[in-house]
Amino acid sequence: MIRIEKRAVLPRYHHLIAALIAFAAALGLGSAIFIVLGVNPFSAYQAMFNGVFGSFHSFSEVLVKTTPLIFTGLAVAVAASMMLWNIGAEGQLVWGGIFAAGTALYLLPSAPASVLIPMIIMASACGGMMWALIPGLLKARFNVNEILTTLLLNYVAIIYMEHLFYGPWRDPAGFGFPGTAQIPEAAHLIRFLGTRMHLGFPLALACALLLFIVMKKSSWGYRVQVIGSEARAARYAGFSVSRHTLLVMALSGALAGMAGMAEVCGIHYRLQTGLAVGYGYDGIIVAWLAQLNPLAVPFTALLLGALFVGGEQLQTVFGLPSTISLILEAALLFGLFGGQALIRYRIVFPGRKKEIPTASSHSGTTS
Amino acid sequence: MIDDITFISQIAIKSSVAVLLATIGEIITERGGVLNLGVEGMMLVGALAGFAAGFATQNALVAITAGMLAGGLLSLVHAFFTVKLRSNQVLCGLALTILGTGLANFMGRPLIGAAGIRIRPVQVPYLSDIPVLGDIFFFQSPFAYAAYILVPLAWYVLFRTRAGLVVRAVGEDAASADAAGVNVSLTRTLCIFSGGLFAGLAGTYLSLSYTPGWKETMTGGQGWIAIAMVIFCTWNPLRAFFGALLFGGLTALQFFFQAASIDIIPSYILKMMPYLLTIGVLVIVTTSSRRHTSAAPAGLGRPFSRDQ
Repeated sequence: MIRIEKRAVLPRYHHLIAALIAFAAALGLGSAIFIVLGVNPFSAYQAMFNGVFGSFHSFSEVLVKTTPLIFTGLAVAVAASMMLWNIGAEGQLVWGGIFAAGTALYLLPSAPASVLIPMIIMASACGGMMWALIPGLLKARFNVNEILTTLLLNYVAIIYMEHLFYGPWRDPAGFGFPGTAQIPEAAHLIRFLGTRMHLGFPLALACALLLFIVMKKSSWGYRVQVIGSEARAARYAGFSVSRHTLLVMALSGALAGMAGMAEVCGIHYRLQTGLAVGYGYDGIIVAWLAQLNPLAVPFTALLLGALFVGGEQLQTVFGLPSTISLILEAALLFGLFGGQALIRYRIVFPGRKKEIPTASSHSGTTS
Repeated sequence: MIDDITFISQIAIKSSVAVLLATIGEIITERGGVLNLGVEGMMLVGALAGFAAGFATQNALVAITAGMLAGGLLSLVHAFFTVKLRSNQVLCGLALTILGTGLANFMGRPLIGAAGIRIRPVQVPYLSDIPVLGDIFFFQSPFAYAAYILVPLAWYVLFRTRAGLVVRAVGEDAASADAAGVNVSLTRTLCIFSGGLFAGLAGTYLSLSYTPGWKETMTGGQGWIAIAMVIFCTWNPLRAFFGALLFGGLTALQFFFQAASIDIIPSYILKMMPYLLTIGVLVIVTTSSRRHTSAAPAGLGRPFSRDQ
């Protein structure tokens, strides 16, 4: 008889399998939605695919979207590896953008690019860091729930940014358009090959690589992961949880802040409403689909970037609201949960030998 | 002067209803031991479903029912993943908010700017004749009256009935409750579902009464404020009234300053206040009282399974 039983050991590539199940689930749910809306799922997916891979230019647009997603994904992932929930990447991104625009417009408006660009990158990291350190301090000092504080601060950051570009920073020559003046040309990130893809993309990749090395190869990264998985053991070992909370939140905020810089100096060239479009929240999905592995983050960010560009294509071809990509994004995450649950079980066909449990997997004896 | 105070207080109540309803729902969910961070998403879906049903049928009762059910149905997604599959409750709640936002934005696109039904404030006979207080409390929308009743009712059910005892037992120590013959999965699912119904009702209030119409950002973080208020009121529905009123009071003050064009405090600072105040409240509650840590359901966030 065919039975379903709990696996004693997880299969070797369980991370990848879970991610593939997530992808399949999102495809399935997407098809269901298309059918309900009277659109042939195959032509819908074909349109999305063409929108993404149809031309060199369209694929470069995917990379444009991927860039901030890598930054915010890394921001969420680094915090989550210590079991800190940074839901505030959106607000930190906004502050990164504010600092970047402020540096370019008011602090060093006439500096040459060789000075200005590094200063802007540092300023944006500081902006995001500052904003992330508020919940970080509250968590480290008073143990205040960081999920809620990081999230609520997003609203505060966006209100402040709007105040800036509707008020004191508004472009005097902007015909009432809400936004700051354009940043000087020296502050523009270089674009590649005649596309909108800019310096932010290689910078994001470099950050992913660097973060991977720090998290997997340095003793600091090891300590962070121990605190994340075994808080009590970490305290016995003498690791200061509150100090690491501050450091991790600072790092996380700095990464998210650079996403804001990439958007302001690579795409918009000014501070305006289009800055806070949800990349901070998308970062949560990017990070968890990558299962917190910094090296996997660029790939999951690419997947989401493709989803957004494909979604826009659905809007042009079928007139479907592009927010469908938000639904598919959630479906990816729910699919991942399903995959992770499914993978704990296996189907046993008749005549096959029973899996021999190993000592480490005996959960019954540990409690 | 007294007119101003009456006016501000009336708006304060008006502005606190959605947070209050959502808070009650989340208290029930968390008392059963499950954290649901998807309140914002459930409110949005409820707001849209309520508005759309009202738009289509012109019937207030159908609209409210639809809004509640939409919130409830979305919450069942959370129930399936957290109770059945034992997924991470924090992450699942975040995914639920994204799903709810996506669904509402996607399906609501054609309804932006449409004029649906609106549920207007109703004067309660006799009670609204009480000087000052009558105007403040009893010249409100029916949603507010529902909240007046649901707050003590939720408290009564949770703390004075057998069903409430079961819920709290499951939230405190699911294994013991299970040993005593309680169906933990069913109890938790029902608690999550109740939370969804309340969040849906809260959203319906926004789209039918508070700011009639459909707008993609109409909840403005009220779902998240509700989750913070649950901590503030130490999982006790009666205290939720004060938490929600705090939020409503600030919103009202903002309206008042704008209406009277008083420029003592810049408007952007006033807009930030509800969020900053909620953070402040969280800090105070977390630091000042031991009550806080002991009040949280002991099993909150812990999945239950017999074979572990």
